[in-house]
Formats: sequence, C-alpha cells, structure tokens
Amino acid sequence: MSSLFEEIREPVASDVPVRRVSITVNGEKRTADVEPRLLLAHLLRQGLGLTGTHTGCDTSNCGACTVLFDGKAIKSCTMLAVQADGHEVTTVEGLAGPSELHPIQEGFKDEHGLQCGFCTPGMMLAAKALLDENPDPTEDEVRWALSGNLCRCTGYQNIVKSVLWAAQKLQSQSAS
Amino acid sequence: MYPSRFRYEAPRSIDEAVALLHQGAGEAKVLAGGQSLVPLLKLRFAAPELLVDINSLPGLDYHRVDADGTIRVGALCRHADLERSTILATRQPTMAAAARVIADPIVRNRGTLVGSLCHADPQGDWASVVTALGGYVTAQGSSGRRNIPIAQFVTGPFQNALAHDEVAVEAVIPAPKGTVAGGYLKLERRVGDFATAGAAVALEMSGAVVTRAGIALTGVGGSTIDAADAAHALVGGPLTADSIGRAADLAAQAAQPRTDHRGSADYKRHIVRTFVERILTRVAQPTERAA
Ligand SMILES: Cc1cc2nc3c(=O)[nH]c(=O)nc-3n(C[C@H](O)[C@H](O)[C@H](O)COP(=O)(O)OP(=O)(O)OC[C@H]3O[C@@H](n4cnc5c(N)ncnc54)[C@H](O)[C@@H]3O)c2cc1C
Ligand code: FES
Ligand code: FES
Repeated sequence: MSSLFEEIREPVASDVPVRRVSITVNGEKRTADVEPRLLLAHLLRQGLGLTGTHTGCDTSNCGACTVLFDGKAIKSCTMLAVQADGHEVTTVEGLAGPSELHPIQEGFKDEHGLQCGFCTPGMMLAAKALLDENPDPTEDEVRWALSGNLCRCTGYQNIVKSVLWAAQKLQSQSAS
Repeated sequence: MYPSRFRYEAPRSIDEAVALLHQGAGEAKVLAGGQSLVPLLKLRFAAPELLVDINSLPGLDYHRVDADGTIRVGALCRHADLERSTILATRQPTMAAAARVIADPIVRNRGTLVGSLCHADPQGDWASVVTALGGYVTAQGSSGRRNIPIAQFVTGPFQNALAHDEVAVEAVIPAPKGTVAGGYLKLERRVGDFATAGAAVALEMSGAVVTRAGIALTGVGGSTIDAADAAHALVGGPLTADSIGRAADLAAQAAQPRTDHRGSADYKRHIVRTFVERILTRVAQPTERAA
C-alpha cells in the first residue's frame, strides 16, 4: 500500500502510526494499511484503484465523492479511511452486475442523465440510497434526495428523469 | 487536501473516551459526524495530536422522549434521524422544521445535533433551536457528569464550555408544561448553504395564552442570538396581530447582522422580522401549529 503514502507528499516519519483496516468494498473484503489522516475517497481511488469515485470540490460541498456507507450516502472526502474499518462501502463500480448495467445506470443512459459525467457516480449512489429506502419516489422526493449533489452540466432535469426511469424499471423487475 | 498527522483512537466506552481526552491534555479532539471537523482538519484550521472517534460508542445514537415529555438526543443521533423522526414530527415542531434544512441530505446522514452544538458555529441551526427551547447539554468528564444550559454551553463563535476531557453525551429539551407550538425558518441561497438568516420560535400555550416563549436567531451575529425580549413580549397573552408585530420588531432589533456575500445587514434584519412574524402567524391560526 505504499502508493497511499506517496500521495501524501510529506516524509513519513518512522513513528507514524499506521493502522490496518478491513473494509468490505462492493461485496469484497479489502485490507489496507493506512495513516489515520487518509481520507476514504483517497483510499478508494489511489489505494484500491476505484477511480469511479470522483473528488470534485474536496470541501464537502459537491457530492461527487458520494459512496454508500452501510447503505447510506456519505461524502467520502469527509470521512477518514480508518473510520470505515469493519464497515461496508459501495462505490459506482459496485452497481453493475457481471453482464448488465444496474437499472440506475441504464436510466442515466436512456434519459441522457449525464453530459461530462463528473457528478454521475455520486448522483447514482445518492439515487440508489433513495430507491433502496423509497422505491416509488415522486419527482419532488428525487430532487430532495439529490439536493446534496451538484451538477455543472445538465440542469438536473434529465438526472431526475433518469432516476424516475430507474424506479419504474426496478419496480417492474421486482413485480415480475 | 490532507489533514496534518494525528493519532486516532476509536474507544468503545465513554469512560475510555474520557481517559483518552484526559491523556490528550488539550491536544485531543472528539470526532463525531466529522461534517465540520474533517473539513477543518483538511484546511488545517484544526491540527489536533489525537482524534478520539466516538462513532463506536454503543448506545448513543438514540433520540427519545421520556414519560414526562423531556426529549433526549444522544451524541450519535444524526441530523437524518431527526429529519425522519416521528417523535419530533408529532411533538416538537421547532426541531422537526430545523432538521430538514440543516446542510444537505448527505451531510445529514453523518452530522449530529450534539456535534453541531459543540461546534458552536454562529450559523449553526441547532444552537438556535436548542436556545429557543431552553435546552441543555449533558457532559461527562473525569470528574463526572454535569448539565450545562445552552446559554452557558456556547461561549463564543466556535467555542464551547466543555473541559478538554469532557464528552458531550446528550442534548436535552426539558418537558413542556403546556401545548407545544413553534417553527424554524431559514433563508439559504441554495441547499447545503448556511443560513443567510434563520429564526427559531418555540412556544408553550395554555389554550390561546402563551405560557412560555423562546426566540433565537441564526447567522445574524457573532454567535447564536437569544432574542429574549421578543420572547417575553409574547408571554401571558394570546397571539394577536399586535403582539406578533411587537415580537417580530424586537427580534429584528436583537439581530446584529453584518453585510456580507449573503446579503446586507438591513436585508437580514428584514428577514428576521418576516420569519418571526410568519411563524407566529401560522401558530395563531388554529388549524396549523407548525411552520
Ligand atoms: C456542506 C455542509 C453544509 C453544512 N450546512 C450546515 C447548515 O446549513 N446548518 C448547520 O447547522 N450546519 C451545517 N453544516 C455542519 C453540520 O451540521 C455538522 O454536522 C455539525 O456542525 C457538526 O456535527 P458533527 O457531528 O459532524 O461534528 P464533528 O464535525 O465531528 O465535530 C465538530 C466539533 O464539535 C466537537 N464535538 C462533536 N461532537 C462532540 C461531543 N459529543 N463531545 C465533545 N465534542 C464534540 C468536535 O471535537 C469538533 O470540534 C454543514 C456541513 C457541511 C459539510
Ligand atoms: S469532493 Fe467530496 S463533496 Fe465534493
Ligand atoms: S454531467 Fe457534468 S457535472 Fe454533471
């Protein structure tokens, strides 16, 4: 895991306490030795190579770094990697099945829910947290649930449509 | 952005947390939801030697109501728990209204009410709500437990009354003696922004008569403002257009806003007046007791 320390451009003193963490990421148990100050977003991106989690603002505002932490949407730039020890994390890489996209991803594709795509992973995970809790949301409820995720491109209209599309698809799947 | 180096401990009991803070001798910090502290660490505005993460402490994620109506919010109760709370929805309109306008939905999944009080941001919404409700914080330290009324708990901008080895374990809203009414209104430029101005109004009524009132203001001074004169103007009588107008004027006078990127001082004062009047007018309409 030396790459985690190279990213932090300060000499690593020999007495820096490194902690071993064990995190279930997208269903798979991963272990890493981390400095306590390492952010979860950086562990995911640099340590585990899961670069689908984006860091946009790095100031806890934009939601691009959103992942699911024990099923709840959190900003991974605002959590320490050590805090995830023993917990479950889902990133955008964990959405698709082996051969097909997740209905939320299909929805974003079908309804043109992205332009540059930078906000998209965070949007999709916030949407997943919503649909897990409320499978049949109204448009207002979708807007409310995504209100912590900023998009500089789309004007949100198609993102909301994408999530509503996914909700319908997921419901028809569970009905059949 | 990376925080500077620190040691990290995740104690399993409050006693252990207190012992770690004691050893830390002022160089240790409690980590709760991290939604204020982690950004500060990243900006290196805070650089503690030791972080005492309380998220593994068992049994602190509650909020509950005692038989007598006292509301207790544990140190690990998240804003989102309060937003979804049926207890608050049915019993505490001021808290229920505030819970849904704190930060954004993702921040609300982690941030805590108690952490927000400890952070003592003049723009923090909970400090106003708890001030209007006359609440207190229970702290536990090396020398035992004590209750600190909110007015003494927040000692200044970003400063609280906790000793270096004290953990705030819960926030308490005393049992109401009458029917509860009130609300919280906040003007924000967009979701996730701090208040341009906010007003918390908490009333207890006996029939149409106000028996207790609290009014507190967010974001319009160097710390949370207790608009006590405005509140007193309401006690002992019914809510009338006159008494509502007087209270709203007094609240606006109590505000000490500064002109900044969120708006001019005059504008913020005007918002305070409007919000206090709006909440009280809604309460005065017998069909609706919440704002
Ligand atoms: C994008 C964004 C928008 C936000 N918008 C708002 C907003 O509109 N309104 C608002 O009120 N807040 C807002 N916040 C702040 C948010 O509400 C925080 O959750 C809250 O201020 C701090 O709570 P926390 O549990 O996250 O505490 P932390 O960040 O963990 O801690 C904050 C401080 O309190 C101390 N502390 C915390 N808990 C305890 C304890 N139990 N005992 C002793 N000390 C303790 C810590 O040591 C630290 O100094 C926002 C935050 C973000 C990132
Ligand atoms: S990168 Fe985490 S909120 Fe913007
Ligand atoms: S698609 Fe570009 S930021 Fe959302």
